Amino acid sequence: MRVNRLAVAAVAILTATLSTACSGGSDEPSSPAAGQSAAPAGPVKLTYWTWVPNMDKIATAWNQAHPDIQVTVSKQAGGDDAAAKFLTAAKAGNPPDLVQAEYQMLPSFVAADAVADLKAETAQAKAEFGEGIWGLVTLGTDAVYAVPQDSGPMMLYYRKDLFEKYGIEVPKTWDEYAEAARTVHKKDPKVFLGTFSSKDPGWFAGLSQQAGAQWWSISGDAWKVSVNDEATKKVASYWGGLVKEGVIDGMPYFTPEWNKALNDGRLLTWPSAVWGPGVLSANAPKGKDKWAVAPLPQWNAGENHSGFWGGSSTAVAAKSPNKAAAAKFATWLNTDPQALGLLIKEGAIYPASVKGGALMTEAPDYFSSQPDFWQQAASIGATARGFTFGPNVNVTYNAYRDAFDKAVAAKSDFAGAVQTMQDATVADMQKSGFTLAQ
Amino acid sequence: MTSRKKGVRVHRAGAAPYLFLAPAMALFALFMALPIGYTIYLSLRRTKVSGLGLGKGARREVFAGLANYAAAVGDGELWAGWLRVLAYGALVLVLMLGLALVFALMLDAAHVRLARLTRISIFLPYAVPGVAATLMWGFLYLPSLSPFGEHPFLSAGLVTFSMANVAVWGGTGFNMLVLYTNLRAVPREYYEAARIDGASELGIALRIKIPILVPSIILTTVFSVIATVQVFTEPTTLRPLTNTISSTWSPLMKVYRDAFVTGDLYSAAATSMVIAGISLVLSFGFLRVVKNRAFGES
Repeated sequence: MRVNRLAVAAVAILTATLSTACSGGSDEPSSPAAGQSAAPAGPVKLTYWTWVPNMDKIATAWNQAHPDIQVTVSKQAGGDDAAAKFLTAAKAGNPPDLVQAEYQMLPSFVAADAVADLKAETAQAKAEFGEGIWGLVTLGTDAVYAVPQDSGPMMLYYRKDLFEKYGIEVPKTWDEYAEAARTVHKKDPKVFLGTFSSKDPGWFAGLSQQAGAQWWSISGDAWKVSVNDEATKKVASYWGGLVKEGVIDGMPYFTPEWNKALNDGRLLTWPSAVWGPGVLSANAPKGKDKWAVAPLPQWNAGENHSGFWGGSSTAVAAKSPNKAAAAKFATWLNTDPQALGLLIKEGAIYPASVKGGALMTEAPDYFSSQPDFWQQAASIGATARGFTFGPNVNVTYNAYRDAFDKAVAAKSDFAGAVQTMQDATVADMQKSGFTLAQ
Repeated sequence: MTSRKKGVRVHRAGAAPYLFLAPAMALFALFMALPIGYTIYLSLRRTKVSGLGLGKGARREVFAGLANYAAAVGDGELWAGWLRVLAYGALVLVLMLGLALVFALMLDAAHVRLARLTRISIFLPYAVPGVAATLMWGFLYLPSLSPFGEHPFLSAGLVTFSMANVAVWGGTGFNMLVLYTNLRAVPREYYEAARIDGASELGIALRIKIPILVPSIILTTVFSVIATVQVFTEPTTLRPLTNTISSTWSPLMKVYRDAFVTGDLYSAAATSMVIAGISLVLSFGFLRVVKNRAFGES
């Protein structure tokens, strides 16, 4: 008798465990509808995955003003890992309500049906953003997949003091930049004008945008992939030539070695984005007041172009039961003056909204010797051009890292690495069944 | 009274084995059979996208047959990864087990000073988590930060050695301890008899201790083979520091890349089944080869 009862209990426990484990997918069609129609009993509780520093403080400000919608911030590691984590959570059926989405990852989120269309909720917010930025969250479709948060127009950071020491001018064209690289390295073989990072595809994408590249485009119902377009090959060959010549270093960004080289004054420039001061002040404290910004060198004298490196938006998960409340918070966070002020002060970000840009007045502490830092940034930002990101940027970016790792180590042809990126991207899209245009 | 008891016993004999087995079977089903079954299921599926792949319903999961397996086996990068891991594994196995054996024999020799301290200090690196150990060595390897001067430890030619060094540093102590414990269990009379017969310490080590240790050496070898086949932590942790380690350096790194970087869970599932198969063949193959030699006479 006792035996039987035990066996029954064991079976019951097992069945219960199995059925909960399997139920993740089954209730998915009903829950969003139910959540939207039913009036919430208590306050709506939202979770938000982000890696913006001090976002919890900003959420506290919102929570105090909105007792009916309470946002809990869950700090993430950022980068590709964060995107993978969100996609996995969305697939498993338990994503956060809100998520920080880098612009290049947004198409992957959309393709995985992981983020909601916020068109109705963001009708008014649209006016707060420039057209270029807004295009990054609509992907050129009628839908709106996120609210833009920050952007990363690229500019050239350079060591003013060391430029004087080595007797070089701020390069206006990439030809002058190459010449300066040779001069510097000749005067001191331990010093480089810059380094080519095989770990930062976003950086390379920004430089390619500056040159006019269009890696993905939509024509009708088909994707066109041209990672290996002329502009991109030009950028790759330029850097490849300098690395091969030995006048540009090949150490990746954001490594302990790179930090040390920056701090020791062995790297003179960094073509980076508007968020650069935070990185420089954390990694090269000795360079305070010694760095300055200028527009990126141009491909042709007299031109005025830049690209984007990084920047992200706030998206709402497709499976969130409280989409309307989440969209409300996302809009407030990225357009409300109080929130923008907090984002700038606590989060140290460069807001994407037009209003937010105007709030940036005092130069970063690290650049206190350049009081017009934000005016510079704003005028450079106006010249930045982006491109449409495709649905498998992660594949392209991974191919960038592997192919350029090899090319830099072997000092071989960089244009070949670009071709590898193109091939990997196309092969992956074909395998999944995307319609591709020729 | 007795007869009643007997009846109960008979009744219990019918259910008891199953009852005792039940927890183990339940755990096996939950934590082994179910996940493996699910992995096999995933490995037979793939995503099918239509048109631009944007918006609702543009992405479906369909049956893929053995296509993922064909792709996994046909991918040159996976086999290149196996070659790299074989080279790495050969280095680690020989160095780590060789050192472990030498240390164990030395500690077991008749007169050793500071044996306890030495034993603990050799074992200590095993207590350092793999990621921490790799980062520590990684910083030592970086030319501009290294106290060893500007040597290209992470260059294409040396990176395998540098990585093997981390594994040897971390794993020698554990293997030494396994061998040493085995040696301590050997009756001292053997050595006494050998000494009376005129054997030197070296002779005792070579002719008595090592043959006794063979089963333990085989055990540690099997464990080490399994560990090297699964090498992931060291290359993944070192990767951001250098451009000589690709995202598919080892087979497991390729699985991770497929699953979490390029978002193809199905290929990742198929590749992990292939890896599991190969590591089964490797470890059981090794056991089969050495079985007769090691356990034949006993």
